[in-house]
Amino acid sequence: MLPMNANIVRIVDETPSTRTFFFDHSFEDAMIGQFVMVWIRGVDEIPMTLSYKNAVTVQKVGDATSRLFEIQEGGSVGLRGPFGRGFTLPEEGESALLIAGGVGAAPLAPLAEKALSVCSQVTTILGARNVNELLFMDRFLQCGQVYITTDDGSAHRCGFVTDVLDELDVSGYDRIYTCGPEMMMKRVFGILERERALERTEFSLHRYFKCGIGICGACCMDDAGVRVCKDGPVFNGKELVGSEFGEYSRGPSGQKKSF
Amino acid sequence: MMNITGLHLKNPTILAAGIMGTTGASLIRMAREGAGAVVTKSIGPQPKDGHSNPSMVKLECGYLNAMGLPNPSYEAFLPELEKAKDKAGVPVIASIFGGDPEEFRMVAEGLISGKPDAFELNVSCPHAMGYGASVGTDPSMVKAVTSAVCEIADAPVWVKLTPNVTDIVTIGKAAQAGGADAVVAINTVRGMAIDIHSGYPVLGNRFGGLSGEAVRPVAVKCVYDLNANLDIPIIGVGGISTWQHAVEMIMAGASAVQIGSGVFEGLNVFSDITAGINWFLKEHGYTKIEDITGIAHERF
Repeated sequence: MLPMNANIVRIVDETPSTRTFFFDHSFEDAMIGQFVMVWIRGVDEIPMTLSYKNAVTVQKVGDATSRLFEIQEGGSVGLRGPFGRGFTLPEEGESALLIAGGVGAAPLAPLAEKALSVCSQVTTILGARNVNELLFMDRFLQCGQVYITTDDGSAHRCGFVTDVLDELDVSGYDRIYTCGPEMMMKRVFGILERERALERTEFSLHRYFKCGIGICGACCMDDAGVRVCKDGPVFNGKELVGSEFGEYSRGPSGQKKSF
Repeated sequence: MMNITGLHLKNPTILAAGIMGTTGASLIRMAREGAGAVVTKSIGPQPKDGHSNPSMVKLECGYLNAMGLPNPSYEAFLPELEKAKDKAGVPVIASIFGGDPEEFRMVAEGLISGKPDAFELNVSCPHAMGYGASVGTDPSMVKAVTSAVCEIADAPVWVKLTPNVTDIVTIGKAAQAGGADAVVAINTVRGMAIDIHSGYPVLGNRFGGLSGEAVRPVAVKCVYDLNANLDIPIIGVGGISTWQHAVEMIMAGASAVQIGSGVFEGLNVFSDITAGINWFLKEHGYTKIEDITGIAHERF
C-alpha cells in the first residue's frame, strides 16, 4: 500500500527525550507489538511500534526522529502498516510479567492494559536512565504492581531491570514480555535462559528496516535468516537461541556492527 | 535436475537478486524454502547504504522500489557468500555491479575465492546513478563489462538486462558477444509514485523500479524477443508469483525463472511453483521443462 496520510492531532511530551504523536487514524485491527512505517516526508521513513491504537511514541535519536520532533500538532506524516508479528496475548487467568527499558515501554504499555482485562496478575519492571525518562509509569501502575529502577538512582532503586528480575520468582509468571535496549534484553535473556523460562518469553527487537514488508532481506538475523520486519519484530525466546541477538546487527549497507 | 549454463538445478525457480540476499543465512533459508538456486544481493566495490526510505512500497499492480544498491562491499560480503556456498545446498550466484569494466572485474575477482557457481552482472538497476542501467543501456559498455568479467571468472557469467531501452535484443546480443553464458530478463521498469496529500514522490529516491504483476507482460515480451534472437539461455524474471506465470515465461523462451517480489506472497512460493510446473508437465504429457521452453514461437 502507498503511505496513507495521517494528521497529527495531539502531541504529548512524555519524557525529555520521548514524545507521543497521536494520529487522526486508529489501527483498530493492529496486534499489540506490530509496527507502522512512519514517513517524514522529504526525510526518511522509520519503523515505530504502536503505543496506542492511534499513536506512536518516539525517542529522539537521529536525523529522522529529530525532524519528526519538528512537526507540530496539525502537521502530518505518511503511514504504512501495521506490519509484522505482534505479541501473543495472555489467556484468561494467566499472570504476566513485563520488562521494559527506556522507550521499550512503548509497545508494552498497551500490552499491560490488554493483559489487565484477562490476567490474574500483571507485574511490570520498568527501567530508565533517570527519573525523568521513566515512560508510561502511570499506565503500568494502573495495571498492577510496578518495580522501578533508574540507572542513576534518581528514583526508586538504583540499578537495572535485571537486578529486579534476578530476585523475582519468574516461575510464578505464565508469560513474560520484554522490550528495551538490546543489551538489556540480552541480560534478560540470560536470566530467563537460566530459569528455563525462555519458552514463555517474547522479545520485541529492533533492526534497520528498508522495505518493511519482508521482501528485501535487509533486517534478516543470523543464523536462521529470520526477517525482523515480517517474522518479528516480536520473537519467542527459543527462536533467539544461537542467533546474533545481543552480539551484532547490520546497518543500512549490511555491514555488521557489534553491540 | 536441470542444467543451466553448467549449473545443476533441482528445479527452475531461482531467487532473484536483491531479495533476501544480504546475508548468507537468508540465502540458505531461501534454498531450504525450495529455491533451485539463489542470487545474492548485488555487491559492489565499496560499502553503500542505499537510498533513504521509503525504499519499497506495494502498489495495487505490483511493487515500486529504489533500494539504491545497498551492500557491504565485496570484502565484507565474502564471508556471507562462503557461508551460503557452504550450507545452501543449491547453486549460489553472485550478483555484482560496478561503474565500468575495471570495477566489475575488481568485484568479481574479490569474490572468486568464495566460489560462486556463477556471476550475474547487474547492468540494469534503474535508479543508481553511474551504475546498473547507466551501464546497461549502452551496448558497447555491456559487451566490455561482460568480457572483462568473463576473462577472469572461472564460473559462468549471466547478464541481467534492463527493459528500459528501445530494443533489449541489441543489449542481449552485446552481452552474448561479450561472452555471456546466459541473460536474465528483466530488471525493474522505471516508475514513480506521488503522494497526492503532499505532492512528494513516495520513494526516498523520488523514482525507482516497478516489479510484480504489472511488469509480467513486459517481461514475457522481452524474453520472447531475446529467445528468438540469442543463442544463449534466457532466465525469465518479472512478475512471477504462481506456477502459471512461470509456465508462461518458460513458453516465451525462458530456461528457468527468477522470483523476486513474489516472495511477499509467502516464502513457499518456490516450492509451490515447482510443484505446479511438475503437475502441469505431467498433465500435458511433457517429460521435462525443455519440452515447453519457447513453444510460443512455434504456435501460429
